[in-house]
Formats: sequence, structure tokens, C-alpha cells
Amino acid sequence: MTTTPQIISPSNPVLGVDVEHGTSLWRGAWRRLRRNPVAILGAFLVLAFVLVAIFAEALAPYAANSREWASEVTLTSVPGPRDGNLLGIDRYGSDLYSQLLYGARQSLVIGVVSTLLGLTVGAVLGVLAGGLGAKVDMVVMRIVDILLSIPSLLLAVSIVAVLGQNRYAVMIAIASAQVPVFARLLRGTMLSQAKSDYVLAATSLGLRRRTIVMGHVLPNSLGPTIVQATLNLSTAVIEVAALSFLGLGESDPAVAEWGRMLVAAQDRFASSPQLALWPGLAIAVSALGFTLLGEALREALDPKGRR
Amino acid sequence: MTDDIIGGPGVHRDDVLHRDLSAEALLTVRDLRVEFGKKGQRTTTAVDEVSFEISRGEHLGIVGESGSGKSVTSLAVMGLLPASGVRVSGQVLFDGEDLLAASDKRMRSVRGRDIAMIFQDPMTSLNPVVGIGTQISEVIRSHRDVSKSEASERAVELLRKVAIPDPGRRMKEYPHQLSGGMRQRVLIAIALANEPQLLIADEPTTALDVTIQAQILEILKQVVADTGTALIMITHDLGVVAGLCDSVHVMYQGRVVESAERRPLFADPRHPYTGGLLASVPRLDSPRGQPLKPIPGSPTDVLPWTQGCAFAPRCANRIDKCVEKAPTLETEGQRALRCFNPLTASPVGGATP
Repeated sequence: MTTTPQIISPSNPVLGVDVEHGTSLWRGAWRRLRRNPVAILGAFLVLAFVLVAIFAEALAPYAANSREWASEVTLTSVPGPRDGNLLGIDRYGSDLYSQLLYGARQSLVIGVVSTLLGLTVGAVLGVLAGGLGAKVDMVVMRIVDILLSIPSLLLAVSIVAVLGQNRYAVMIAIASAQVPVFARLLRGTMLSQAKSDYVLAATSLGLRRRTIVMGHVLPNSLGPTIVQATLNLSTAVIEVAALSFLGLGESDPAVAEWGRMLVAAQDRFASSPQLALWPGLAIAVSALGFTLLGEALREALDPKGRR
Repeated sequence: MTDDIIGGPGVHRDDVLHRDLSAEALLTVRDLRVEFGKKGQRTTTAVDEVSFEISRGEHLGIVGESGSGKSVTSLAVMGLLPASGVRVSGQVLFDGEDLLAASDKRMRSVRGRDIAMIFQDPMTSLNPVVGIGTQISEVIRSHRDVSKSEASERAVELLRKVAIPDPGRRMKEYPHQLSGGMRQRVLIAIALANEPQLLIADEPTTALDVTIQAQILEILKQVVADTGTALIMITHDLGVVAGLCDSVHVMYQGRVVESAERRPLFADPRHPYTGGLLASVPRLDSPRGQPLKPIPGSPTDVLPWTQGCAFAPRCANRIDKCVEKAPTLETEGQRALRCFNPLTASPVGGATP
């Protein structure tokens, strides 16, 4: 080999080339998340919301639905903020501030449970559609299309109407509106991941399809779905309120709930706007918290943002 | 075969090697043809009339530029082409068994155990969210009945084999923590995890920078030699072939245009395309400032093989016959050539590899 270029063959190849230390994909996302002020704000709002929901008893100055001041509520006026009642009295004579704190619990529990339920069912459908080949995909996606063709609130209303008015019906109703979102998203990500080189490489090594789908494609497809779940929490919180507003929420009148507080405020809106203002604000702020956190998470997991 | 793993007792392996070297071909590809195109649409023939043989322990090179069909050939052998929109015909005989007719289940057990493949781009061929230790042991466990700890012990051993320092620690790391060269070593380790009889390397060094290329080739050469694995090296780089392969097939536009043992091919290229490839390689001993000699035209200037010689539009040796009908592959002793008007004198002055 005198005339063709010689391959330089060091007998002791140089070892230990550069290594960027210590971070996995998720840890990198976590690092970016911590540096993002939007994420901090979102996390702060969400954390506050969660803490209030958990420690409502300790934080609230009065018991839920105490109706202590029911006698002071007249047809024309509801007492506003004053000593002992930070935000005033609600329509039925309970402390508005305490009611608001207890209301967080309903929104959070129903919102989180229904999103988890929607995520689980949606993810199972998504994995089936995205991982089991064209025929299964076809069947599953047509089912999802049917779910999707019904407006989500209408779907929720019908489900509550059928299952009866209780919190479980509300959870199922909100979850079923979320199922198609998660199913489509996960399927789409999995199908695009299935075309990548590492899947071809895994196939060339004789791995089972199940191993490839569950061990390789799925873990790479989870990012967008997790982001979507965070964003969906805000929708869920709003939907819990919306269903109660429509009179389809929790049927037990003793349970404080933001949506129902809005309903109660309706006919007193002109004289006592604070009755609608605070629960409305609570819904908006908690939803904002999840949205900000979700958006920040999306940015942190975006491959283009990686360094 | 349970203890017959890389680095394990070598005696048994050597016996197999010596006995089988003289035996019949390990892999025989006959008249392989791959067409792309959906039903009812016009089809494109990516690979046609490709035949070759490789014996146990042999190193075979398939050379050609982009689009010459070399990668499609390897994917067809592995049964990795998509099921729809592709028609594969011919025979791929591995140990006498036609892989093109084999069931999916059978192919899954052949892949990774009997035949393994290394891909071009180490940056994308590893799963980014799974630790490399898991990626290696998973391949071992999918073909062998071993425990998790045995598999991971073996994975460490494999990493050591491909010269990865501190393999125990690397096991827990993720692909993005490794450099390109390191990742390609990991991929080599994975491919060799089950001691395949045949390894197909599809441009394993193309995505790496030059200094790392040499290291990777050296490692590949060593591990393949240690285990007696037959190697099909797919490349566009004649330098790689010169250092590694026993025999070479040169492909152009989906067909083999010239096949020969390495030395005769380098010393005396007969096909004008082979000659052009050799002449275009930059040489260390050429005078300064001398321009490179590319093959004129581009791979898109082609004649369909059905009308004549695909290389004719770029060929300096073209005669009228070349554009009238397609030349056939004529075998002559150890060599085969598809040309009406081959080169006579060597354009690189009697190069010896």
C-alpha cells in the first residue's frame, strides 16, 4: 500500500475522549427549568395552590360552610371585607376567604385525578395505536376520532348526566374529554420516533417489538405528553368550575367549590361583585400556574433548547 | 456456546474458525434486486443483479458512492427494508437458509445473534434516554438466557474489548455523555455482543473525524479478528478497503461493476469507474499544489441500466456500444467486470495495496 493513502493505525488508540459530565436528559431539563423565571413563577403558583388545598383546615379561620353570619345576608347586600372576615361573607353567610381555601381542595383533587385518568387511558390508547402497527392504529384512532368529534364540554355534560351528579362522574367526564388529546399526541410522537435510527439499530439487533416499543420508543416519546398533562391540569381546573357552574358538579352543598361560588354570586353581582371576583381570580390564577409551568417544561424539554 | 463469548475461553472458537474457513460460503447473495415504489406507480430499481459470497472470517468490501445501492443491499440482507412499497427478489442464503423467505420471528433471532450491523451515524443510532449499559445487556438478554448481572458483567467486558476506559462507570452513562468515537465503540460492542458470525458495517467511520476513523477501524479490525467474525464493510472510502478487506465489490447505480481480490483491484483496476475512484484519492506523495482528480460529472448523470451502461455519461472510455446496450457482468478467473471497453494500463501506475 504505497500509493493509496495510508490509514494511520495507532496500536494504542488515544483513550478517554471528551466527556461532558453528569447529566441525563431529564436532569438537563431540570437545570434549564430552574433557571427559567416563568417556570419559577408557575411552580410557585402551583405549589401555593397545592399547599392551600392540603392545609385548608389549618389555613382557614372558620369551618367550611359555617353559615355563621347567615342572618346578615339580605336580599340587597352581602357584607364585604371587615374585621374577622378578610374578604367578607359569602352569599350563604359563611366566611368567603375560608370558602375559597376549601374550594382549592375540590378543584385540585378533581383536576389532578381526572387528568391522571385521562393521561392513563389516553397513553394506553396512544401506545396501542403507535406501537402495534397500522391495523390497530386504524381502529384505535377511529375510536379517538369519535371521542374528539364531540365538543369536550358537551361530552362532559352528557357523561355527568348519565352517571349522576357526584365527584366521580365529574372526574370521568373531564378525563374522557382529555383522552383523545393524550392518545393522539403520544401516537404521533411514537410514530415519528419509530422512524429514527436507534429504532432501526434496535431492530437490526433482533430485539422484540415489545421491547423496542416499551423500552425505546415510549421513553423517547413521553416528553411532549408530560408537558401536555401539565397544561391540561389548567383546563381541568377550569372545567371543574365550569361543570359546577352549570349545576353538574359535586352535589353535596356542604362542599365548597369555586364554580358553585360563581353561580351563587350571579344574582348578587351588581351589589356585591367581590362574590364573583375572588373565586374567579382563584380559578384564573391556579390555571395560570399550571399553564406557565407546562410551557416552561415544554421549553426545557425542547431539543432545540438543549446545549 | 454459552461460555463462548468474547474474551471467554478462545480454544473452542478457534476450532470452529479453522474448520469452517475452508467450508462453503457463510453468506451467498444471488441476483438480489430491490425495487422501490408503491403498487401501480413507477418503480425505481435501487439494487439489481447483485451477487456475492462471503466465507467465514472473510472481510469483504462493498464500495460505491452515495446512491449506488450499497446500504440498500445491506438492509435487504438484514431484512430491514420496510414491508410496503419495496420489492425484494433474489436469494440471500445464510448458512444455506434463504433469509428472504424466512419468517419475521426467524429473522428476529438471526438479527443480532448470527448477523449484526453497525450503522453510519453513532450520534443517532443509540437511544438517547437509555443508559448504554442497559442498551448492551438488553441485546445480550434478548438472545441468550442469562441473568441481568451476567449480562451486565459481559457488557463491561465488551466495553473493555472496544477500548473504552473505565467501562464500569460508562455503563451508567447516557449516549450524550460520550463523544462520537466512544459511541461508535459502544455500537461495535453492541453489535458483537452475541458473537455474530457476520458483521455488516455500513460506513462505520463516515460520520467521525479522520483521527477517530483510524482508531475505530483499528478496533473493528481487532475485535473481528479476535472472534473470527466475517465482515462486510460498506464504504465509499477506498482507504478503508485497502486496510481491511480481502475482496472488493465496486457498485455503481445499484449494480456491481467490478469485483476482485483487493490487491489485483488496486494494482490493476479494469472498470473505468474503479480507475476513477482510485485516481481521485488524494495522495501524500503527489507534488504540492497538484489538483485532485475527480470523476467528471455527478452521480446524477446516469443512463438507466436498461438502456446502456449507467456510467457511460461520465466515462472517458465510452464507446458507442456503451449507450446502446447494458454490459453484463463477465467473470474471468477471480475477477468479474461489467464493461465493454475496460481500462488496460493502470491509471495510478501499478498501485499495490
